[in-house]
Amino acid sequence: MTTGIGARVKRKEDKRFITGKGKYTDDVRMENQAYAAFVRSPVAHANVKSIDKSAALAMEGVVDVLDGHQLTGDGIGNIICGWAVTSKDGTPMKMGAWSALATQKVRYVGDAVAVVIADTQQQARLAAEAVEVEYEELPVVAFADKALAEGAPQIHDEAEGNLIYDWDIGDAAKADAGLAAAKHITEMEITNNRLSPNPMEPRSAVATYDEAEEHYTLYTTSQNPHVARLVLSAFYNVAPEHKLRVIAPDVGGGFGAKIYIYPEEITCLWASMKTNRSVKWTADRSEAFITDAHGRDHISTAKMGFDENGKITGFKVDTIANLGAYMSLFSSSVPTYLYATLLSGQYDIQNLHANVRAVYTNTVPVDAYRGAGRPEACYLIERMMETAAREMGMKPAELRAKNFVKEFPHETPVIMTYDSGDFDANLAQAEAAADVAGFAKRKEEAAKRGKLRGLGYSCYIEACGIAPSAAVGGLGAGVGLWESAEVRVNPVGTIEILTGSHSHGQGHETTFAQIVAERFDLPIDNVSIVHGDTDKVQFGMGTYGSRSGAVGMSAIVKAMDKVEAKVRKIAAHQLEASEDDIVIEGGEVKVAGTDKALGWHEIGLAAYTAHNLPPDMEPGLKESAFYDPSNFTFPAGTYICEVEVDPETGVTEVVQFTASDDFGTIINPMIVEGQVHGGLAQGIGQAMLEQVIYDDDGQLITGSYMDYTMPRAADLPNFSVHHASTVCPGNPLGMKGCGEAGAIGSPPAVINAITDAIGNNDLAMPATPQNVWNALQAVSAAQAAE
Amino acid sequence: MYPTKYLKAASIDEAVKALGASDEAKVLAGGQTLLPTMKQHLAAPSDLVDIRAIDGMVGVSVDGNTLTIGAATTHAEVASSADVQKHSPALACLAAGIGDPAVRNAGTIGGSVANNDPAADYPAALLALGATVVTSKREIAADDFFDGLFATVLDEDEIITAVKFPKVEAAGYSKFPQPASLYALVGVFVAKTADGVRVTVTGAGEDGVFRSEALEAALAADFSEASAKGADVPAEGLMSDIHGAAGYRANLIRVMAARAVTSAA
Repeated sequence: MTTGIGARVKRKEDKRFITGKGKYTDDVRMENQAYAAFVRSPVAHANVKSIDKSAALAMEGVVDVLDGHQLTGDGIGNIICGWAVTSKDGTPMKMGAWSALATQKVRYVGDAVAVVIADTQQQARLAAEAVEVEYEELPVVAFADKALAEGAPQIHDEAEGNLIYDWDIGDAAKADAGLAAAKHITEMEITNNRLSPNPMEPRSAVATYDEAEEHYTLYTTSQNPHVARLVLSAFYNVAPEHKLRVIAPDVGGGFGAKIYIYPEEITCLWASMKTNRSVKWTADRSEAFITDAHGRDHISTAKMGFDENGKITGFKVDTIANLGAYMSLFSSSVPTYLYATLLSGQYDIQNLHANVRAVYTNTVPVDAYRGAGRPEACYLIERMMETAAREMGMKPAELRAKNFVKEFPHETPVIMTYDSGDFDANLAQAEAAADVAGFAKRKEEAAKRGKLRGLGYSCYIEACGIAPSAAVGGLGAGVGLWESAEVRVNPVGTIEILTGSHSHGQGHETTFAQIVAERFDLPIDNVSIVHGDTDKVQFGMGTYGSRSGAVGMSAIVKAMDKVEAKVRKIAAHQLEASEDDIVIEGGEVKVAGTDKALGWHEIGLAAYTAHNLPPDMEPGLKESAFYDPSNFTFPAGTYICEVEVDPETGVTEVVQFTASDDFGTIINPMIVEGQVHGGLAQGIGQAMLEQVIYDDDGQLITGSYMDYTMPRAADLPNFSVHHASTVCPGNPLGMKGCGEAGAIGSPPAVINAITDAIGNNDLAMPATPQNVWNALQAVSAAQAAE
Repeated sequence: MYPTKYLKAASIDEAVKALGASDEAKVLAGGQTLLPTMKQHLAAPSDLVDIRAIDGMVGVSVDGNTLTIGAATTHAEVASSADVQKHSPALACLAAGIGDPAVRNAGTIGGSVANNDPAADYPAALLALGATVVTSKREIAADDFFDGLFATVLDEDEIITAVKFPKVEAAGYSKFPQPASLYALVGVFVAKTADGVRVTVTGAGEDGVFRSEALEAALAADFSEASAKGADVPAEGLMSDIHGAAGYRANLIRVMAARAVTSAA
């Protein structure tokens, strides 16, 4: 089998992508299409005193200028946060209202106050500039720690002192006792830099209202079109679900930013009804920087205690998470259930406590971005472990191995139950592949060239395959996190898989087809994958949290089980054999040990002609399944980064990056390696290049690629990617997920390598040349002082 | 982009006349700064006067010791010109390192010089090499040409037609790119001429390109890498932004000067 599980099948979708034939939302052209341009606040915090539309309305091509009062007047609901987090004092999170178009107050630069609908995009944009908005400016707070300070500007009346929740997990008394008993305590202040997601395709929406049918169609850049439809219908009151079709066609990257239902999509739908025109909006890159939900932005202090053998005795973390000006769809869950629940890392930690305060600031809303909470947890633990090893004079790998969880299932003090893994195997494989033994020699050689060479580890674990519905429901999630699939065998035997997962770069059209081709032993070209259209596909939950393999494909397996059962019955009936003797192979359905066989296509035909089916069997060959996972899955691995620093300039080169991952069963190694490469690029980007920077007035300094540094090919080495897998016991294929691992595991490995090279543990991300040079100057100054 | 009128000028006279006809007219050469600025609605010229088709605007020639580069010659053409490589290898090297291939195949020397972006590369070369800017009206020494951030002594209706470079004994350029834009965070051009050593710095000065007295003194005494590294380059007068505080830039000036000396040919 060259196309089944484990085969490096070239991606079926790439022909259309690399020949420019992909069909993205912005490629959609509707009859009578108009364009939307948003009027956005140029200031970070202000009362909206008045909006004068007269000049804009008089401009050529302008269809209408609509504002928030009209929007709320039409009953369009406020934007929701879909995960209720309860503070430790038992009070619910303090959520401020968020209207798609601001009515009274703007709270960040980019907050939309009105929208212009015009015949052309150019006309809409010019008219948007002519809308005169009078702002009464208010004091601004753009930083999480300052937002909590006494007397800080109040952003939402609902959240006193800008505190959304003050939440904790674990046992504080036990953690304190563990620290009190420690022989050594490592204490660090760690920030996790704020990032802009930057998918290659900016967000886009094309909304059409059919007056006769009272029906809406929305083409949009979504990772989860059904969830979008549900939320647009149930909470934003755009239309009932059966009167709203959401289509997410080819989508050029999501990274989390396309999970949420933003003001622009809501406004386009509503505006299409108001103007009776199709309304199109596509963000330009500048708009993406100020509207796509940002990621990360934590400030933490952490203390980790160790006994005389290096065993962890206690771990205490205090984190402030910046959620921006409004609570985005899953914002509340990211710094809590996706972050603090992973703070046990790969380690057997008995005494652990984490406190998290989420705050409002006058900045773009913050939500899940590739990894979502887990990179923040991994970065914190893995910097602590490396620093602790250096402080105690131990080898970083030895300290980790000493504390590894070795028996499964393992219950952590922060509510996760690790189901499987072999952390030692991944550490050993990574160390061998990275030739850690030869590092000292390489360091010596680099020194001769005037370079400082350093080596850093990261042993990450993450929870994905999100998620058991009842479990997350108990934690406050507003949705179930199962997945659906339908397997349609056509009368000629070809197969369509309808999946609730959504592909926006992951290669589902190939990987999903592989498990079908393997199961029914058919050519992979006979299988196609249908996704992304609420009119075609049954309700599904979409793609995020590395869930499409472990959850989405499990649903396909469950549906295939049902198809196979029916195929066996039909074959047994027609071939006059026992169902148990039926085997499916080589494009045939056979009776084992005989020459009796039917072609796979004959089974399909038999099912639909229904001339000769078993008594009481319904015609047709189409089955569906909903799969709800029993647990999260736990991909884990070891990353080892090797860098060279130029001490004259602080320029750091990643000279070697080695990954050893446990993703469970791998369907297509080529695609998995691609996922790892992309994740590593984003993780190295976070570690060395990327940072969203606001000034004190809440103005975005890094609002374009002139100042926001994305990783380029030249910034990255050839990655050395390996696998040491244990099968996930929780799902039928044994899969764990691979989409986020690279972005989760790599930042601490990079920073640990640089701090090793420069001899200073005090280094924040991104390790830009200037930051590294400054850290080197601090070392020189300290040496001079001694 | 706001509406604008486009004129492809056939002669200097026509271009000058068109520029004089409106306060809001702009010269268009490679457009690598002007067009993105217009797309972002940060510039709204009423007229664009394209000078690239004017006779003699494109090309490289050598006359004795003088290298003349037409104002509308692209960076790629300068970088690949055998005449430039022979006469002034450091200049060819500088041109080869501007922006990316798309920029180099559209952007022009005249446009870069007229724009005088404080992080552009060419101003450092002109000032260090003692070049002369030839315009529709006159010839201006580089020493007198640059006039602060994005400013030059050019009149509103004055068009650069060429830049002339004398031959020097040795020259080198070293750039430290700003990580995001890849413009010069610090670029240092060193030139050893018959009249002494000139060292110019782009990317770092609060008022744009400048000559570094400290480095000129150090390298005049000893034209060596060590001498450049040991120079006392002050942080005063240097820009500070998210990519580099003045102190970091001062350090980079020393390091880039040393690397420019090493590469000088």
